[in-house]
Amino acid sequence: MAKIWVVVQQREGQLPRISWEAVAAAQKLAAHLGGGKPEAFVLGAGIGLAAAEVAKADLAAVHVADDEALRTYTPGGTIGVLAAAIRAGRPDYVIFPHTYQSVDFVPRLAQETESGLLPEVTGFAAGDGGLVWTRPILGGKLQSKVKVKGEGTVLVSVQSGAFPADGVIKGEAPLQPLAVDPAGLRADREILGYEEVAGEKVDLTKADFIVAAGRGVGGADKMGPLEELAKVLGAEIAASRPVIDGGWLPRDRQIGSSGQTVAPRLYVAVGISGAIQHLVGMKGSSVIVAINKDPGAPIFSVAQYGIVGDLHEVVPALTAAIQAAKG
Amino acid sequence: MRIAVCIKQVPNTEARLRVSRDGTWLEEDDLPFVINENDTFALEEGLKWAEATGGEVVVFSLGPDRVKDALLKALAVGAARAVHLADPAFLGGDALATGRALAAAIRREAFDLVLTGSQSDDLRFGGTGSIIAGHLGWPHVWLVMGVEVEAGHRTAKVTREMESGVNEISRVALPAVLEIQAGINHPRYASLKGIMAAKKKEISRPTPAELGLDAAAVGAAGSRLEVVSVAFPESGSGAQMLEGDVKTAVAALVEKLQKEARVL
Ligand SMILES: Cc1cc2nc3c(=O)[nH]c(=O)nc-3n(C[C@H](O)[C@H](O)[C@H](O)COP(=O)(O)OP(=O)(O)OC[C@H]3O[C@@H](n4cnc5c(N)ncnc54)[C@H](O)[C@@H]3O)c2cc1C
Ligand SMILES: Nc1ncnc2c1ncn2[C@@H]1O[C@H](COP(=O)(O)O)[C@@H](O)[C@H]1O
Repeated sequence: MAKIWVVVQQREGQLPRISWEAVAAAQKLAAHLGGGKPEAFVLGAGIGLAAAEVAKADLAAVHVADDEALRTYTPGGTIGVLAAAIRAGRPDYVIFPHTYQSVDFVPRLAQETESGLLPEVTGFAAGDGGLVWTRPILGGKLQSKVKVKGEGTVLVSVQSGAFPADGVIKGEAPLQPLAVDPAGLRADREILGYEEVAGEKVDLTKADFIVAAGRGVGGADKMGPLEELAKVLGAEIAASRPVIDGGWLPRDRQIGSSGQTVAPRLYVAVGISGAIQHLVGMKGSSVIVAINKDPGAPIFSVAQYGIVGDLHEVVPALTAAIQAAKG
Repeated sequence: MRIAVCIKQVPNTEARLRVSRDGTWLEEDDLPFVINENDTFALEEGLKWAEATGGEVVVFSLGPDRVKDALLKALAVGAARAVHLADPAFLGGDALATGRALAAAIRREAFDLVLTGSQSDDLRFGGTGSIIAGHLGWPHVWLVMGVEVEAGHRTAKVTREMESGVNEISRVALPAVLEIQAGINHPRYASLKGIMAAKKKEISRPTPAELGLDAAAVGAAGSRLEVVSVAFPESGSGAQMLEGDVKTAVAALVEKLQKEARVL
């Protein structure tokens, strides 16, 4: 009987949606493999309410490591608790949400517990001789199908959006306190504080129209035509991360997992390939238009309309056509 | 400070990609390769701190013979030496196997800092640096957007990016492994002089046995993951493509935006 665990991430007592997605993935995996319900783990301090929320899912148990030493996330603390649990419980799979926090500690947890590491999966299916997992490679341009070999636990993280949270099966799970052994926690990082990155001066979440520049635009000096397109549309200018890193636009214009999340009526992605970290910030837009010279760019899979071509020609032509149409 | 930087050579995804005949990787003939983007930032950060503290950078890379080009580029911008894990036994590994091999190579010398990229653009495990740290028993920080080595070189103040525009600032003891995110600095370009000098620098190629590793513990043999296939995602659910010359395509788009999507 397969033993499946899910580690639910809470942030100041709140459960981000991706935590429910991880629960949904664990339930789906348990149903697929047959056997018992998954067991969940929640770590932190003063997390009674979050744990009670998790217990409303159909799970065998919710293990709650509620301890002052875990109030602030550190990899040493988290790994200390989970490594002890994994060594004692020997689960087959442990599911995590694929977040910046889990990527910070899961690979090392795998190394320390001699578990397998299967990051950022988007799905699984039955295959010859066992499960076959899907994960994006090469900037999302291709998908890799992988099998796990060898014995022992496998740590799996699930990509945002891959296992919809509304697939969580409701139920009533018993809460079980998990004792934290302070000797097992490693003080590997002294937290000095937190800071806002950009102060978010520009609020792009309220924009109805957004023209977003990607690396394909080619430089700060080549932004002019995009600004003109934005002007005729009455749109805000935004960008993918390399544009911001290159200093072509200020940081508060970044869209994506480390920038803003937007859902305008129209999002025009210009010279953007469509990496997952960008997509999570804009795929909720009502209408997405992509302009890219590469017909295989993943951005076309989330766009409603696409033009394959050189943006330096397409953008001025589009500006002129919109201007003409608006009369 | 003595600093190790791990660089991976990855396909340039701007190139036309074709799946290899066995269906598990890309056709590599005439596929252009580059240094993984994040690793160029890790290298720059290493060079910066080596210069500031009067030390040196040694670059490490695991991969086939073609990886020599990437190592020469790193040597041309200022790395002192390179270690190339090129033995066929090292190849085809997952993050655990690759991290094990790199850690064994790094361990043979004394370093104050190991820098890696936060993620490779091809396999995207996001964990090889943390796994190296686990083997060495050093602290690690993933997704690093700022490094400040403190006086005495015993600690560093490290900025880690978190979701939703917040950074964590922490202090870690050195030696440590820091996994660098793109955008932390501005990587330098090689000078002609640097390119000439690189040709004379040492590139060593240790075997698994020389690193004290069993060949079965590294590469494809030492991995828990086995690639069944790679493929382009099925199309069909994607965008309506507006064809024709630029003028025709944009005219069609404007009409769609007006009449079908009704956003104009
Ligand atoms: C932890 C982490 C967090 C991240 N956070 C973010 C984030 O918040 N936001 C974000 O955007 N990214 C983020 N990234 C980076 C992300 O993975 C991608 O690297 C990035 O989104 C790529 O940006 P891009 O599409 O502009 O560039 P590229 O991927 O380089 O794509 C450029 C595109 O332009 C096209 N192009 C080139 N020239 C032309 C031309 N003349 N005409 C038409 N098309 C052209 C190319 O075909 C290509 O598709 C993050 C990465 C990590 C690891
Ligand atoms: N084959 C390799 N050779 C050298 N460094 C590597 C290799 N694979 C991964 N790395 C390093 O580990 C980082 C993270 O890679 P990954 O875990 O594959 O996402 C990369 O940015 C590199 O710095």
